[in-house]
Amino acid sequence: MSNTSFTGSPTRFRSATEESAAARLVMIVFAFVGLTILVFAPLVAVFVVALADGVVASLKSLATRDARDAIRLTLTIAAISVPLNAIFGVAAAWFITKFDFRGKAFLITLIDLPFSVSLVVAGLCIVLMFGTNSFVGGWLVANGYPIVFALPGIILATMFVTFPFVARELIPVMIEQGRAEEEAALTLGASGWRVFFTVTLPNIRWALLYGVLLCNARAMGEFGAVAVVSGKIRGQTATMPTTIEMLYQEYLSVAAFSLAAVLAMLALVTLLLKTALEIRHADQLATTRRA
Amino acid sequence: MHIEIGEISKQFGTTAALLPVSLAIPSGALVALLGPSGSGKTTLLRILGGLEFPTAGRVLFDGADATNLTVQERRAGFVFQSYALFRHMTVFDNIAYGLNARPRAQRPPRDEMARRVTKLLELIQLPDIGARYPSQLSGGQRQRVALARALAIEPRMLLLDEPFGALDAKVRKELRQGLRDIHDTTGLTTVFVTHDQDEAMELADLVVVMSMGKIEQVGKPADIRARPATPFVREFIGV
Repeated sequence: MSNTSFTGSPTRFRSATEESAAARLVMIVFAFVGLTILVFAPLVAVFVVALADGVVASLKSLATRDARDAIRLTLTIAAISVPLNAIFGVAAAWFITKFDFRGKAFLITLIDLPFSVSLVVAGLCIVLMFGTNSFVGGWLVANGYPIVFALPGIILATMFVTFPFVARELIPVMIEQGRAEEEAALTLGASGWRVFFTVTLPNIRWALLYGVLLCNARAMGEFGAVAVVSGKIRGQTATMPTTIEMLYQEYLSVAAFSLAAVLAMLALVTLLLKTALEIRHADQLATTRRA
Repeated sequence: MHIEIGEISKQFGTTAALLPVSLAIPSGALVALLGPSGSGKTTLLRILGGLEFPTAGRVLFDGADATNLTVQERRAGFVFQSYALFRHMTVFDNIAYGLNARPRAQRPPRDEMARRVTKLLELIQLPDIGARYPSQLSGGQRQRVALARALAIEPRMLLLDEPFGALDAKVRKELRQGLRDIHDTTGLTTVFVTHDQDEAMELADLVVVMSMGKIEQVGKPADIRARPATPFVREFIGV
């Protein structure tokens, strides 16, 4: 070891967790190719087919009564089910993370149920519960409040499917933040509601926003459960996804893909909104995440 | 404020965190609850603050039964182990939080509130940090802001859970003196929890040594050092 020199420059400049340039390049290319095949290409394809007969034909198909009804229905569903699920999700996450009680693990499993149950099964459950032949459903129909094949059933199905999104985003954040800040607010004399609005809600707002956006995207795109529950009556209970499917089955590909493009754009707008908010509030984001 | 703890016990499920314990804390005293982890000292502090409720027993504040008072009604200035500052608020807003939480009729006007916050920032010797966020403060600064926030509500007593636990040795020494000074200026009955016997002996007027949910000995630091009551106390304070 006598000829070892300590005056020369070190040969390794990178830290232990850093990969070599070649490895990095391979990973980047791999990710890029994967994203192109799985995400970008299909998205582009939707727009290409939608515009195959020109912009006018595409717009004309969107201006039909059925298309407009489907768009209106889908937006209505999202407008009703997303706020409700935001409230339920916050309540569930609050309950799970701020209190200790028996059966907590069971409740968490229950929240995850929509992720694991086939959505067609979920739709069938709602039909069985509220269909004309069921006790509850029969009574409701007799009194003029049909659930299945009507807006309430679609909203129930959508809420069932999208329920986990908000709660799942919030639970880890709220567990990590603990209860100390809430307790501090209580000792300073704040009431429960005041603690929620001045301490809990500001601390979870980004997770909540993210959960709501995911929930919204899913609510607008839901097909399985809604297809079973809605009965797909055109102009009444046909949502955008079910209408797209029906148009596609009838070989009206321009109409189907035009509507699909609108649905995709709604999702993209949601994502852009999230990114814009993140950029605008980057400094606040930093202060709430650290500390 | 004089605090009387009468036969307080606390059960968490099947484990007993506190066996029936009794203790009298004279008004204006600076008291240390000293013991290893799991001795029940934090549980006792949280019961005083109204964050936990005892399974049995009574708490009296100045002779009046306070056992069933809510956490808000107790008006205890509480400093948490990790300080629990509101991370999305400035230091100013953190300190003003308790004043803002008061019912409208008792809430001081805006300029009065600013004056009080400024005064508290001077008391903790950090007059210029009102506009900063907790994440921009050092550990010692955070602890002092937490203290100022607790003092802002004009508390009837001051309760501190391991107030120096997360600090390095040098800062800890400084802040010990800081707490002593604030206690002497305000005259508040102060109870703090610690597992550090040096800290308890140096700072407190009265030391309560706890182990396994029981009080082993209560006394002035010198008396405990001179006459440890049980083998546990002898071993724990290392005499």
